[in-house]
Amino acid sequence: MAELQRLLTLLKELDDQLAGCMKCGMCQAVCPLYAETGREMDVARGKLVLVEHLSSQLLNDPQGVQKRLERCLLCGSCAKACPSGVPVVDIFIKARAIIGEYLGLPPIKKLIFRSLLPRPRLMDGLQRLAAAGQGLFSKKADPILGSSCARFNAPVIRDRHYLPLATTPLHGELGEIDEPAGPGGTKVGFYPGCLVDKIFLDLGRDAIDVLRHRGHGIFVPGEQVCCGIPALSSGDRQGFERLVGRILNQFEDADIDYLITPCATCTATIRTIWPLMAEYLPQREQQRVRRLAEKTRDITEFLAEGLDKASGEPQHGSGEKTGITYHDPCHLQKTLSISQAPRRLIGANSNYDFREMGAPDRCCGMGGSFNLLHYDLSRQVGQKKAEDILATGADTVATACPACMIQLVDQLSRTGKSIRVAHAVQIYAETLPQRAQKEQS
Amino acid sequence: MASKNVIRAFQDLLGRENVYTEAADRHAYSFDSAVLDPVVPELVLQPTDTESLAGAVRLCNENELPLTVRGAGTNLSGGTLPAREKGVVLLTNSLNRVLEINTEDLYARVEPGVITAQFARAVAEKGLFYPPDPGSQTVSTLGGNVAENAGGLRGLKYGVTKDYVLGLDFFDVDGELIKTGARTVKCATGLNLAQLMVGSEGTLGVFKEIVLKLVPPPAAQQAMLAVFDSVDRASETVSAIIANKILPCTLEFLDNFTIRAVESFRGAGLPTEAGALLLIEVDGHPAQVEEDARKVREICQEMGVTELKVSQSAQEKESVWQARRDALPALARLKPTTVLEDATVPRSKLPAMVRAINDIANRHNLTIGTFGHAGDGNLHPTILTDKRDSEEFERVERAIEEIFDTALELDGTLSGEHGIGMAKSKFMEKEATRGTILYSRRLKQALDPKGILNPGKIMGA
Ligand SMILES: Cc1cc2nc3c(=O)[nH]c(=O)nc-3n(C[C@H](O)[C@H](O)[C@H](O)COP(=O)(O)OP(=O)(O)OC[C@H]3O[C@@H](n4cnc5c(N)ncnc54)[C@H](O)[C@@H]3O)c2cc1C
Ligand code: SF4
Ligand code: SF4
Ligand code: SF4
Repeated sequence: MAELQRLLTLLKELDDQLAGCMKCGMCQAVCPLYAETGREMDVARGKLVLVEHLSSQLLNDPQGVQKRLERCLLCGSCAKACPSGVPVVDIFIKARAIIGEYLGLPPIKKLIFRSLLPRPRLMDGLQRLAAAGQGLFSKKADPILGSSCARFNAPVIRDRHYLPLATTPLHGELGEIDEPAGPGGTKVGFYPGCLVDKIFLDLGRDAIDVLRHRGHGIFVPGEQVCCGIPALSSGDRQGFERLVGRILNQFEDADIDYLITPCATCTATIRTIWPLMAEYLPQREQQRVRRLAEKTRDITEFLAEGLDKASGEPQHGSGEKTGITYHDPCHLQKTLSISQAPRRLIGANSNYDFREMGAPDRCCGMGGSFNLLHYDLSRQVGQKKAEDILATGADTVATACPACMIQLVDQLSRTGKSIRVAHAVQIYAETLPQRAQKEQS
Repeated sequence: MASKNVIRAFQDLLGRENVYTEAADRHAYSFDSAVLDPVVPELVLQPTDTESLAGAVRLCNENELPLTVRGAGTNLSGGTLPAREKGVVLLTNSLNRVLEINTEDLYARVEPGVITAQFARAVAEKGLFYPPDPGSQTVSTLGGNVAENAGGLRGLKYGVTKDYVLGLDFFDVDGELIKTGARTVKCATGLNLAQLMVGSEGTLGVFKEIVLKLVPPPAAQQAMLAVFDSVDRASETVSAIIANKILPCTLEFLDNFTIRAVESFRGAGLPTEAGALLLIEVDGHPAQVEEDARKVREICQEMGVTELKVSQSAQEKESVWQARRDALPALARLKPTTVLEDATVPRSKLPAMVRAINDIANRHNLTIGTFGHAGDGNLHPTILTDKRDSEEFERVERAIEEIFDTALELDGTLSGEHGIGMAKSKFMEKEATRGTILYSRRLKQALDPKGILNPGKIMGA
């Protein structure tokens, strides 16, 4: 009973934000899920009403509401288009956490979010096991394990086209780095995010190369801790807070001006979700969160700002240009309004011929754990993206979020066409002097 | 709750996945865009072809389950709220095929769930034009547009949805197919049932297929933004433009409150002290557009316009229109609840109506921004409030009633385009005679004796 009261009290705190929804339905026009299903409970308006009715006790089915809230990419398309300015994603994240707390986590999720993810060394051991075992991993745990963006189980899920896991994660390869800034550079902390750490190691290496080339001093802690969004979107606020705490500790004492990440999802999480959820923390912790959040920058934005200064970066080759297009990650374009920076980075490499695809900012359908919980729906949305990419005739598609990269690889390889998927920073890194030489020789 | 057997019959007909019985699903269909209390249906059905649509209607009738058809659920009058008992919501949004766009005979055939803007785009790709453009066009369905007789910004010159309905196939309450109208512009065959269905809000039949008229698109457009220091000036300008035999395709109006809201929302440099803004667009043959635009400019000058911005490029046209597009978002953000009314008066009564709305706002101590379609007298007084504040909301309800009374005193109508639904049915008697309502009810009684088709809507309380 007391717990129910607590659920209702916490939900009531969302009232003011919920009341802003005028139920106009304009979010139907942009919701990638509604486009597939035409179901009101898949679009923001319907889900907001469910939270409202749960809060006002018109509907007494927290499980049912939780299940429907999980059918959401958290892509923010609705919030961006909403005429009434309803912070839809904020509401959904909080509602998931509140209902999650009330219902409790399934034991397996508890194990992952509370025990595994906050213990990086244990994770590394598991990763080695998983990478070596290729599919021997416990079947039952699979889908949920994968719901951390870590994806160390990716190879064994259904018929998807997966990316292999590295045996040694990026942070194992790099070790702790603490280099002073060169002339004109600043000191930056580098936070690769789990997917770069465990799958897209090349991207991590490229990012560090570019930062070094620009003369920035780099700090990388010896361990990778997840940014917490998988735990939080599963409704686990406690697990989330533990992860946040660890990252704060990692970067607190390093004397950095910026925290740079090549993962749009991580940037958006640290910049917007952390401060949002900080209101549940003690005052002192709130300040720590705000301080790090304010320092956090997406790598494309950070590098694009330096583009004019970093003039004279050599351009190589004069032969045929490769066609390239760009997919806007929701967490960059919708959450942080960054869309020009990555395009400028791509534009800086004259070996490519840029072609805009139709609806470049339509969600790819990944949505973190959504992809695991609702793979068929995720694939339907992803296939539209694949079609738009193919229609440009480009050989390469760049984006700025490793989570999108996983989805693009999966969806494009389904079409049987071989299209390269890369991060905008990787395209830009090809212009570095040492790379240009390597390619020419 | 509908019996297990009935539910099974629906599942057999439509497929299990298209019959929603769980509470959390049904609650997602307990509302539309009107500011009214939710009503939760007992069953939600989503047929995927028109044959099972007919079957679903028949089953509802046989089992005496009151049925409410729902397109996108964006109507502003509660037209898609289900009956309080045993209510079934029937979704048409999976019936979304454009069946034909005929470029020789200038018509299109569509299923009712096709989304308005997507249809207009498909038509434009074939080099033709479907003018009705309600503000909700990116999500509204054509079935919903016909059932509400939706208007839009182009009403003055191009008319509203009813002017484009050539023919209609619909199911009566027994699920029997009725074909009416034709694919021709002219049709004098039998009763004009197609037009009876326009604006019927799901009370007389369920649309299966709609034949819509298409027109050639105008070759050129020009948009202008004109600033006036008073509503009267703006309104006299509207009358003068029309008296000069110019029919702009759009003639939109923003009052001072809305101008200030838009300016603080976008900061595009609108004059916040202005009494009214007019957005005027003329279209047609390039030479004609040139000529009309020149005359409109002259009229505006003569009427004492304080500022006049003429769009030279497509980009400038966008920026002129931005102010109008921002009106609702800018207002909606000011307070939690947005009540969008649509009282309509003859064009010449516009200043009197705007003045009356401001009086009502002051008298009840409410915030009301007014914008709308000045060309056809269709205003949208937008009341900004918080429905959780019951004392204030009572004042809102009184204000709404007074707005209606004023519109009627000025020879206007309760609704220009949003329909009657639940929200206004109790006011019907103010506008229509008792006889009118009885006639409508007898018609309904004859066609739907058990009162299955969207009961409680339109026909008065
Ligand atoms: C932001 C906003 C702006 C708007 N702007 C305008 C505007 O400019 N002009 C305007 O006219 N309206 C406007 N509206 C109101 C609304 O969008 C229109 O009435 C629209 O036509 C409704 O379409 P829908 O698909 O949402 O229909 P719904 O709301 O789902 O249904 C409307 C009515 O039609 C009936 N119906 C739907 N489909 C069928 C069918 N196949 N057979 C029989 N009956 C059916 C329903 O039972 C209901 O009574 C606006 C609404 C919003 C929220
Ligand atoms: S667009 Fe915004 S206000 Fe409109 S229904 Fe969706 S969430 Fe609510
Ligand atoms: S966040 Fe994305 S998927 Fe979720 S409701 Fe909004 S638009 Fe739809
Ligand atoms: S968003 Fe990035 S860091 Fe966060 S969990 Fe996913 S991959 Fe890991």
